[in-house]
Amino acid sequence: MAVEVKPRESSDVETEQLATGCEAIAEAIRLADVDVMAAYPIRPYDGVMQAAAKLIANGKMDVEYIVADGEHSQFEIVKHACAVGSRVFVGSSGVGWFYAFEAIAVTAGLRLPVVAICGNRALDDPGAFGTEHNDSLAVRDLGWLLPWAETAQEAMDLALMAWRVGEDKRVSLPVAIGLDGAFLTHSQQIVKIPTQAAVDRFLPKFDLGDRLLHPDNPITIAPQVDQDWLMEIRMQNDQAMRKAHDVIAEAHADFKKLFGRGGDSPFLDEYMTDDAEYVVFGQGTLALPMKVAIRRLRKEGHKVGLVRLKWFRPFPTQEIVRSLSRFKAVGIIDRDYSFGSPYYGGVLYHEVRSALYSLEKRPTIVGFIAGLGGREIEQPMATEIFEKTKAAAGDIKSGDICHWIGVRA
Amino acid sequence: MSDPTETSITVEVVYRGIFQKTLAQRICRSIVLAARKRGHTGTAFARYGDSPERNGVPAKQFAVVAVNDLELEASMAKYEPAVVDVSIAVDDTLVKGVESWAWYGRQPIWKPVKKDGFVLVTSESTPDRVLGQTDTAERPYTLVVVPGGASFAGLWVFKDDHTDYRVLGALAKVVPDWVRLEDVKALIREQTKDEGAVQSAQYGFDGAKLRAVKPGEGTSGHEVLQFEKPGWTTMRPGIVVDARKPGERNPQYKKYTARTLRPVVNFDTCIKCTMCWLDCPDECFEVTPEGHYEVVYEACIGCGICAQVCPVKDCIVMVDELRFEDNDDKWQFWKKDHDGYNKWFEAKSGVSADPAKVARASTAAENANPAANPTTSAGGDD
Repeated sequence: MAVEVKPRESSDVETEQLATGCEAIAEAIRLADVDVMAAYPIRPYDGVMQAAAKLIANGKMDVEYIVADGEHSQFEIVKHACAVGSRVFVGSSGVGWFYAFEAIAVTAGLRLPVVAICGNRALDDPGAFGTEHNDSLAVRDLGWLLPWAETAQEAMDLALMAWRVGEDKRVSLPVAIGLDGAFLTHSQQIVKIPTQAAVDRFLPKFDLGDRLLHPDNPITIAPQVDQDWLMEIRMQNDQAMRKAHDVIAEAHADFKKLFGRGGDSPFLDEYMTDDAEYVVFGQGTLALPMKVAIRRLRKEGHKVGLVRLKWFRPFPTQEIVRSLSRFKAVGIIDRDYSFGSPYYGGVLYHEVRSALYSLEKRPTIVGFIAGLGGREIEQPMATEIFEKTKAAAGDIKSGDICHWIGVRA
Repeated sequence: MSDPTETSITVEVVYRGIFQKTLAQRICRSIVLAARKRGHTGTAFARYGDSPERNGVPAKQFAVVAVNDLELEASMAKYEPAVVDVSIAVDDTLVKGVESWAWYGRQPIWKPVKKDGFVLVTSESTPDRVLGQTDTAERPYTLVVVPGGASFAGLWVFKDDHTDYRVLGALAKVVPDWVRLEDVKALIREQTKDEGAVQSAQYGFDGAKLRAVKPGEGTSGHEVLQFEKPGWTTMRPGIVVDARKPGERNPQYKKYTARTLRPVVNFDTCIKCTMCWLDCPDECFEVTPEGHYEVVYEACIGCGICAQVCPVKDCIVMVDELRFEDNDDKWQFWKKDHDGYNKWFEAKSGVSADPAKVARASTAAENANPAANPTTSAGGDD
C-alpha cells in the first residue's frame, strides 16, 4: 500500500557534512533506525563499517552491530534478523560479495527485504581494489533490486529509498545499492543530511505482517522444495519485481516532495539531451567525467548528451525506449564485461539493445568497455567514445561491435 | 593564482606513508572546510586503501576547492590530480624526489605543480638549502618554507604539534582567494576551541618564507627513474611477473625516497660482526673484499635498525637525509681517500671518526640512536 507523505515543512532543515559515500550510507543507517547490521571487512565496504561503528561509539546510533566470521555469515545473519522483523543493513564488495553468494541468492527467494550496498570492486585475482560493476551485476538475475549512485548524496538518498521500496509489501525484495569503489565510497563530498522527523515521515516502520517469524506467529521459513514448487516461487518473484517499478516511482515522488532531490525521473538522469543527437548511456561515477566532456564538446558545436541509469533492476525498459529512440546514435559505456557474449559486449550494452529491438526506428547502439579495475575515464577517452558513437550513426550494423577504451596494446 | 577566471584550485599533500597519513588527511579536510566557509564547495581524497601506503614511503592525498559543483566534477572520480596549483610536502627530505609503486619511478617534488604554482615545505632549514636538494626546476614556481620539523606519528595516533595549523596558515598566505586566513582561524577555533592552535595558523602565515624559483634552479644530481607499463602484448600471460633472482634488487622500485635519515658507516671502527647485514630488513648491506659491510643506498629506507643493532658506539650513525646529494658507494671513497672519507664522515655525522676517541659502548642498547626511529625523533641537527 502506498504511504501518505505530507509535503516539506519549515522545520525540515537539513545539515551539511563533508562525507565519503560510505559515511553517507552510515548516516542513512542511523536515520532509518536500522535494528541489525552485519559486518565483515573488505575494501571498500569496510568504510561503512567504520563510519557506522563510530556513530555507535559516539552514542549517535543504536544498532545491533554483528561482526561475522565471513561474508556468508554476514548475509545469513541479516537474512535471519530480517525474518524476525528487524530492519537490516549489510554489504560487501568484489569477491567478498561472491563468498556470500549462496546467502545472497536465497534472500530474494525468501522475499526478505535486506538492504545492502555493494561497494563495487574488481573481481580478483590479482587483488585489484578499483571499481568494476561485475560484482553487483552477478546478482542481476536473482531478484535483487539494483540501484546505482553517482554521488555520496545520491548514495544516502538511494539507501533511504531502498528500505522504503524493498520493505513495501507489494515488493518485499532485497535491494543492493551499487557504489563505485574509491570514486564514490572514498571521496568526501558535501552531503545534505535530512532531519529524523522528515525521514520518519518518508519511511514507515518495517512490518512483515503474517510472515513474521515469532512464537506468536508460528511458521517455518524455507522448507525444502522441489520442481513442483520452484517455478511458482520464481513467478512470485517476477511479479514482485514488476510491481517494484511503480513503487519506486511512488517513493521517488514522495522523496522529491519531502527533500526536493532526485531529478525528474526516478530511473534516468538525463543531461543536455533536449537537442542532443548523440548520447552516451551508463551508470555510476563514470557520468561525472562524461558530463565534463559534454560541456566541452558542446562548446565546439557537438550536440551531445548523457543518459545515466539509476535503477538497473527493475530495468526501466519503457523509459529507456522513450528516451533513447530520440537520438541518432547511443554509446553504451560498460564498466563491466561479459566475456564471450554477443558481439563481445558489456552487460548494459546487451540490455539496452534488447530493450530497443522491437522498435521500427531505433538508434545505432555502439558498445564501449571502459574504466575497468577502477581505471579513470580521462577526457581523451570521453572524446573518443563520442567520436565513435557519432561515426556509427545511421548504420545500425556498425553497432555490432564493442570498443575497448584506454587499453594498452 | 589570483586569476579571477580560475574556477577551482587543487592542492596535494605529499607525505610519509603511515607516519603522516592522519596529518595529510587533516590538512586536506581542513582546506575544503575552510573554503566552505566562504561558499566554495570541494572534495578531499585520502589515498584509497594501502597502496602505496607503507611506512615512510611517499604518498599523496589531495583537496580540490571549486566555485560550484559543476566545476568540481572535473576533479572528482580521481585518485590523484595530474596538475596541481599547490603541492605541500610535510617533510623536507621529500624534496629529493618521491618514488612509490603508484608512480612507476621517481618524481621531482614539483612534478604536478603548474607554472607559477607553489611548493610548500615544512622545514627548519632555509629556502636556499631546501632548494639545493630539489630537482632542477623546469618552470617557475614559488618555494614556501613553513617553519617546523617533520611531524611523524603512527597509523592510529596523531601527533598534535600544530603542523597542520601552520601549513593552513601558510597556504592562506599564498592562495588567499581560495583559503582565507580568517576562515582557517575560524575553523580551527571551532574544531579545537584552543587559541594556541589558532595562533599557530597565524604563525604559519607570518613565518612562511617565500622564495621565487626560476627554471634551471635546483640540483640536477638526482637520478631519472621512470618506467613504462607493459601492455598486453608484452606481459607474460596468466598474471605472471618475473621473480627476483638471488642477490638481485628490484630495478623498478628502489625505495630510497622513503628515507628521512641515512646510516653512515665508520669503516675504521667496524668489527665485521655481521649484525647490520643480518638484521637489515631490506638486505641493503653488501660485504666488501675485507669483510666490511657497506650500505647500498639505493635500497636503504633509513629504518635505523642497523644503527640500533651495531655493538660499536658511533660506528653506524643515522644522519638527516637532506645533507646528502647522492646514493654513491662510500666504501670506495674510504678505500681511495681514507682521510678524506673520515673528514666527510665527521662533517656529516658530527661524531669523531678516530677509533682512539670512540669509547666502546657496553651494550647495543646504549648505542641505539634515538634518531634512528622517525616515530620518536625528528633526528639529525645541523
